[in-house]
Amino acid sequence: MTSGIRFDAVSVAYGGTTVLDRLDLTVEPGEVMALLGPSGSGKTTALRAVAGFVRPVSGRVLIGDRDVTALPPYRRGIGMVVQQYALFPHLRVEANVAFGLKARKAPKDEIPGRVAEALEMTGMAAYAHRYPRELSGGQQQRVAIARALAIRPKVLLLDEPLSALDAQLRSGMLAELARLHRELPDVSILYVTHDQVEALTLADRIAVMDKARLQDCGTPRDLYRRPRTEFTASFVGNANLLPVTVTADGVTFDGTDLKVAPGDAAPGAGATLCVRPHLVGLGEGPNALRGRITEVQWRGSTHRLYVETGGHRVKADVRELRETPLLGSEVTLHFAPEDAVLLAAGVNDGH
Amino acid sequence: MLVHSRTGRWTAWAGFAVLFVPLFALPLLVIVAASFSTNWSGAFPSGPTTAHYAAAVRGESLQALTTSLVTAVTASLIALTAGTWAALAGAALGAGGPWGRRAKRFLDALFMLPVAVPSVVVGLAVLVAYSQPPVLLNGTRWIVILAHTVLVTAFAHQSVSAAVVRLDPMYEQAAASLGARPSYVLLRVKLPLLLPSLNAAAGLCFALSMGELSATMMLYPPDWTPLPVLIFTRTDRGALFTGSALAVVLMAATLLALLAVSRIRTKASYR
Repeated sequence: MTSGIRFDAVSVAYGGTTVLDRLDLTVEPGEVMALLGPSGSGKTTALRAVAGFVRPVSGRVLIGDRDVTALPPYRRGIGMVVQQYALFPHLRVEANVAFGLKARKAPKDEIPGRVAEALEMTGMAAYAHRYPRELSGGQQQRVAIARALAIRPKVLLLDEPLSALDAQLRSGMLAELARLHRELPDVSILYVTHDQVEALTLADRIAVMDKARLQDCGTPRDLYRRPRTEFTASFVGNANLLPVTVTADGVTFDGTDLKVAPGDAAPGAGATLCVRPHLVGLGEGPNALRGRITEVQWRGSTHRLYVETGGHRVKADVRELRETPLLGSEVTLHFAPEDAVLLAAGVNDGH
Repeated sequence: MLVHSRTGRWTAWAGFAVLFVPLFALPLLVIVAASFSTNWSGAFPSGPTTAHYAAAVRGESLQALTTSLVTAVTASLIALTAGTWAALAGAALGAGGPWGRRAKRFLDALFMLPVAVPSVVVGLAVLVAYSQPPVLLNGTRWIVILAHTVLVTAFAHQSVSAAVVRLDPMYEQAAASLGARPSYVLLRVKLPLLLPSLNAAAGLCFALSMGELSATMMLYPPDWTPLPVLIFTRTDRGALFTGSALAVVLMAATLLALLAVSRIRTKASYR
């Protein structure tokens, strides 16, 4: 039996408002697919359609080869972890983890072993007799994951599982989730997040969502290096987007000639130039842009400079500077031609 | 504490004493004092005795106390079951679109009806409705229990409804995603999480039923006289001190039962 998830033109509407618009997406067996998008983009709705908590107005949801669109949640055989953990407060950790096995009437003598295995896998074996309220947020999250894994689901749905944790714990749990997936290579994971770092770290592929629609889908490297839409470029990696005109051997931005790979854009056409802030350098170099500093943020290891040039604010992340540049001073920025991506005009609506 | 200055705090306490003592404490203390006396002609009662209590825990009085307890426990349990069922059904209806919400409002209003209607009217209505075959309950204890159930179900429904609304749907959904059928979710997740509220509702129903007089007066058969009725008839016939002792017994029995209910600590209440 294959696992995997398939959305087949799935639309969801609440009271006339479309919150998910004809989503077509396939999560391959054993793949980690991140649904990345801002709040209200429809990513959580997509996950809830797989879990069975929202009923699509049209389209089909398939888990493996099975059409589950009309099935109630308890017959779908999924594991799910949500942001607030939703551990049952009246049950001890071991009873929480055993809940799904008992509900599915697993053989009684198998239950303790599988509970122990799931707790072992998430490093929570020592806490089996505690109540959820006696655990920290990170520990509760591990129990929630153990509870979802105990039923050995073919499909694991993770809805912003790390957003209630503090930054340090989050990166630890990210590594933990990556390890779990290596140990369970057959489980397909649908991972909803608004955090691009989580998506880039964990996912085999990322589906970028905005305004109820799928905007872009590809491997993290693909989306980051070669974004296909302005939304993807700005949401994944917070890129600078500059309106340019294509010329025979590059582009012009505000009267300045810049060298970039022209792609298939015709000379004379409008396009958007996309450069990542950390690939923009300070000082003279290829593709120099002169401008005035409007804001400086010191971020410890880097300085983020906002430079006004040609009526646009260009973000540059440079290695920590000895002296903080003065606001209003004139600077020159540059970037390498191969670090820029040219997006043809008219691709920013995602279709 | 909201009041920070010393004088302000004293004023608050004085205001509380002025309101609380004459309105709440004094009348109850007077009942307790009267229950230990043989006559009360001056400012204070006189002729201390415990004879009223000796009489209050025997014969007819003991019978009335048992009657009250059995009525209150039975009515509370039925009311709690019906009220909880209605509250859960209402919540499920309310989640099902505009028609469901309308149906839920109707259901809520229906269950609130016995609160809005004076209890003496409820008593009369039950009496008229069940005095003729095919359902002839008049003259049996069941008509009293039925009326009490009708009266307290409203309160059970209301307090459980409020708790059901506060119950986070994520628990139900987590359970469903783990493969639990709705009945399993109800038994293993929802009811345990509602238990603190069910406890409180049970206490409320019990206390209300123990003190119910007006509807009971319309209905009670001679062999099923609850304690409040006995207190009323005794004092009505001029036996003020005996009535006071019975009133203290009623008060004590109710308080003890409420205390017992509140001692039932549930795991969910530790949240």
